[in-house]
Amino acid sequence: MEYLDLHAHMVSRTTDDYRAMALTGCVAVTEPAFWAGYDRPGVEAFVDYFNRLVDFEPQRAAQYGIAHFTWMCLNPKEAEDRELTRRVLDVIPSYLERPNVLGIGEIGLNRVTRNELAGFKDHVDLAMEHDQLIHVHTPHLEDKWKGTKVIVDTLAADQRITPRRVMVDHAEEHTVEMILADGFWAGLTLYPVTKVGPSRAIDIIEIHGPERICVASACDWGESRPTAIPEFVLEMRRRGHPDSLIRKVVYDNPIELLSQSPKFGLPDREASVAWG
Amino acid sequence: MEPHASASPLSQSEFVDRYFMEHRVQVLELAAFLDRLDRARELDAEDDFRLRSLREALAILVDGGGTRVQRVQMTFSDRDTTPLPSLDRQSARGAYDPER
Ligand SMILES: [Zn+2]
Repeated sequence: MEYLDLHAHMVSRTTDDYRAMALTGCVAVTEPAFWAGYDRPGVEAFVDYFNRLVDFEPQRAAQYGIAHFTWMCLNPKEAEDRELTRRVLDVIPSYLERPNVLGIGEIGLNRVTRNELAGFKDHVDLAMEHDQLIHVHTPHLEDKWKGTKVIVDTLAADQRITPRRVMVDHAEEHTVEMILADGFWAGLTLYPVTKVGPSRAIDIIEIHGPERICVASACDWGESRPTAIPEFVLEMRRRGHPDSLIRKVVYDNPIELLSQSPKFGLPDREASVAWG
Repeated sequence: MEPHASASPLSQSEFVDRYFMEHRVQVLELAAFLDRLDRARELDAEDDFRLRSLREALAILVDGGGTRVQRVQMTFSDRDTTPLPSLDRQSARGAYDPER
């Protein structure tokens, strides 16, 4: 089944992973800017990373017929440094012009500190000034509930925000309801261990319905599966769900969300045009 | 798309036939982990915040109430939404420590 992976950190993956994704039906990935696993030494390191996201990765993906889109930001794990945040915010606007940049993300909170929250609001301001979609990271584990609450309350109180232009990711059983209730999109990221896997993601879809819910692999430099979505498709079938519902979650829904950016589009597979 | 109902397409017996084995082993893994803690070289974490959360979570599984996953999730969660004055550590630890 064809699918889009809305959250894939392809800079951390091999070209073999692009190949595996293409072989299992992936037509597009969106890659939010995130933490490298260590703090970057300065703004130049962000510029190098952003350049890779707008130049090298789309070329690598195109070799396998996969459309590559990206989101720009300084991630919450590095937002404790306010001076660095300001310097990175200064370079982001020039990237928003690039053809594969769909918006600002993955912004959000990590440990839920004052500086993280200030950095989150700075990025929301930037998104509003440039009319961008927003992709939000919510904290993990014991910090998830409080972090998601602070994020959702902050966004819901902001009159400039259209909730349907915001995806709040890494939702789990105890946070999905507050995200959907305020009209935002909820993302379920499928991890092989430690967090939510396919079976509990399916429970969430059964309980809350498929509207405004997407799934993604969130594959990165940690233990993760670039083919988590096809595994989810398999498990949905094992759980007795029809392909029409599965397609809505892995294909139609991400297209509905991303099509709100005029830059989004999929390769035309009917026309025989050379890839890349 | 049909109006949404929260029921699962599978019957209970279909669930048991398809998924019993993988959940049977998860219970055994938990039992073995608790036994292993008893046999540890030193009993130095009896009151560890993570084990306290785990014991609370296990009680939820057998209390007969519904929405077990949500309640277990909240057992592991910090409910204080006041932002921290500064970053104390980079990553979460899986359970809330009231004494941090
Ligand atoms: Zn991510």
